[in-house]
Amino acid sequence: MTATHDTVPFAEAIAAFDPVLGLETHVELGTASKMFCGCPTMFGGAANTHVCPVCLGLPGSLPVVNRTAVESTIRMGLALNCRIAEWCRFARKNYFYPDMPKDYQVSQYDEPLCFDGYLDVTVETPDGPREFRVEIERVHMEEDTGKLTHAGGATGRIHGADYSLVDYNRAGIPLIEIVTKPIVGAGALAPQVARAYVTELRDLMRALGVSDVRMEEGSLRCDVNVSLSRPGEPWGTRSETKNVNSLRSVERAVLSEIERQAAVLRDGGRVIQETRHFHEDTGRSTPGRSKEQAEDYRYFPEPDLVPVAPPRDWVEQLRATLPEPPAARRARLRAEWGISDHEFQTLVNAGALDLVEQTIAAGVDSAAARKWWTGELARTANDRGVELAALGVTPQHIKRLEELVGAGSLSDSLARQVLEGIIAGEGDVDEVVASRGLAVVSDDAALLEAIDAALAEQPDVADKIRGGKVQAAGAIVGAVMKATRGQADAAKVRALLLERLGVSE
Amino acid sequence: MTSLTRADVEHLARLARLQLAPEELDHYAGQLDVILQSVARVSEVAADDIPPTSHPIPMANVFRDDVVRPGVRRDDIAAAAPAWEDDRFRVPRILDEE
Repeated sequence: MTATHDTVPFAEAIAAFDPVLGLETHVELGTASKMFCGCPTMFGGAANTHVCPVCLGLPGSLPVVNRTAVESTIRMGLALNCRIAEWCRFARKNYFYPDMPKDYQVSQYDEPLCFDGYLDVTVETPDGPREFRVEIERVHMEEDTGKLTHAGGATGRIHGADYSLVDYNRAGIPLIEIVTKPIVGAGALAPQVARAYVTELRDLMRALGVSDVRMEEGSLRCDVNVSLSRPGEPWGTRSETKNVNSLRSVERAVLSEIERQAAVLRDGGRVIQETRHFHEDTGRSTPGRSKEQAEDYRYFPEPDLVPVAPPRDWVEQLRATLPEPPAARRARLRAEWGISDHEFQTLVNAGALDLVEQTIAAGVDSAAARKWWTGELARTANDRGVELAALGVTPQHIKRLEELVGAGSLSDSLARQVLEGIIAGEGDVDEVVASRGLAVVSDDAALLEAIDAALAEQPDVADKIRGGKVQAAGAIVGAVMKATRGQADAAKVRALLLERLGVSE
Repeated sequence: MTSLTRADVEHLARLARLQLAPEELDHYAGQLDVILQSVARVSEVAADDIPPTSHPIPMANVFRDDVVRPGVRRDDIAAAAPAWEDDRFRVPRILDEE
């Protein structure tokens, strides 16, 4: 493996060079069965149990296209403002690698199902939000490949492996590949534009229901093409960083590749057209295959599958099923909730939009719904590096929590402990309250007892309050809160205290 | 056009992992030869004004419903695989690829 090149700090790189990006995104569709056979697409089955003669490429088997996969692709194309082909074919992409048992992958070549679209994305800049139009070259259908495990040898990696083991459960799962046209003019915002684009794609696919996009299971994979050129000069040679599998990594892959290529060019070197591998742990990539010799996949029309020629009325029916586009939905929600761009972006960044909307729909006040999801919960999700929705807290939990806070039986600090309990898997709101013994002490006699004890311990403070220094009451309230382990309502303690001492605010 | 030999058929059978008896090799060599000769005649008549045909039957939009169907039993696949280990196909190591 070649040593990593030096890098140029990002700001310097961007000052000297203009980046051009291209993104190829593969997403597994959420169909029940595979693209060309009836095997299940479910994740995580025992090896080679979701296979049949078609996806094992046995002689004499005949693939048949999954109608739902075609519909999902057309709907995605329409949502990306694409034109839908009147007639197109599948093609065989031939190569020698055992991740496909047939020695070819069924894909589409020069006749994609959808083409010439665009997606508008918004990135945050110091001057406020800025919109970019990312043009879409094509959206096409293909099948996923099997999974190889390299065995033997010293390293467990492909280099030095003695042999490989193949599981074909994933082979034949429907994929769509979405390819952008070159993205130019993003400059220093290029890494953010790349991330915003993939984020928007993910949201769009979830909104369409064509895929649930489980990134942690690798159901969305991105190949990132980057080239640099000096302003006014022709575009440079591009590299392709493969298998970038998280939103954060898309941004980091673009950034690190700009820094790396800038160093090569600054030193008078030549960027090599190659495939690079991204490493999640370091945020850097290492070189893979050189693509100097153009690959020859010997594409030819797939003879076993007849052409797809979607009638226009079918396309229009599918268009009628499109949901509100995520960008329009965001604009509507922001207006409905009456919050600032900045506050709204915080919700978006925290992945809290759906959760807040559902929480409000459950009957919780909009400010309270936002407070819970973007405060404590967003922090916890961030600390743990998981998505907000994966914490195990639901809009129903927040609704119940707010009811208890509203009724005075939980304070905010107790409510936070309830959330801790839910995240730890201790049950729902009422179960955590019961098992942890969390409840505001609302029994006046018990509170007065604690107040008397605190006054007896701090007679000087008691005198000050009696003398009219109401602000000194904080010390006594604090002592009572401590004595009740936070399970008292501070405002109520304060009111009782002043009443006890015959002082008014 | 040279005709297909028995050795060619044997080679193709091995690539397709088909076990053919010696008399079958002769039988298919003859049959395949007829097919090849027939296809070869197409190039004699194909002119520039005839577009390449990818699908001989003018048909489109053959779809199946998105319904899960049972596949094959893993034991049967394992029995037919040239090499099998740990419930997976065992394949030779792949060089210069990743």
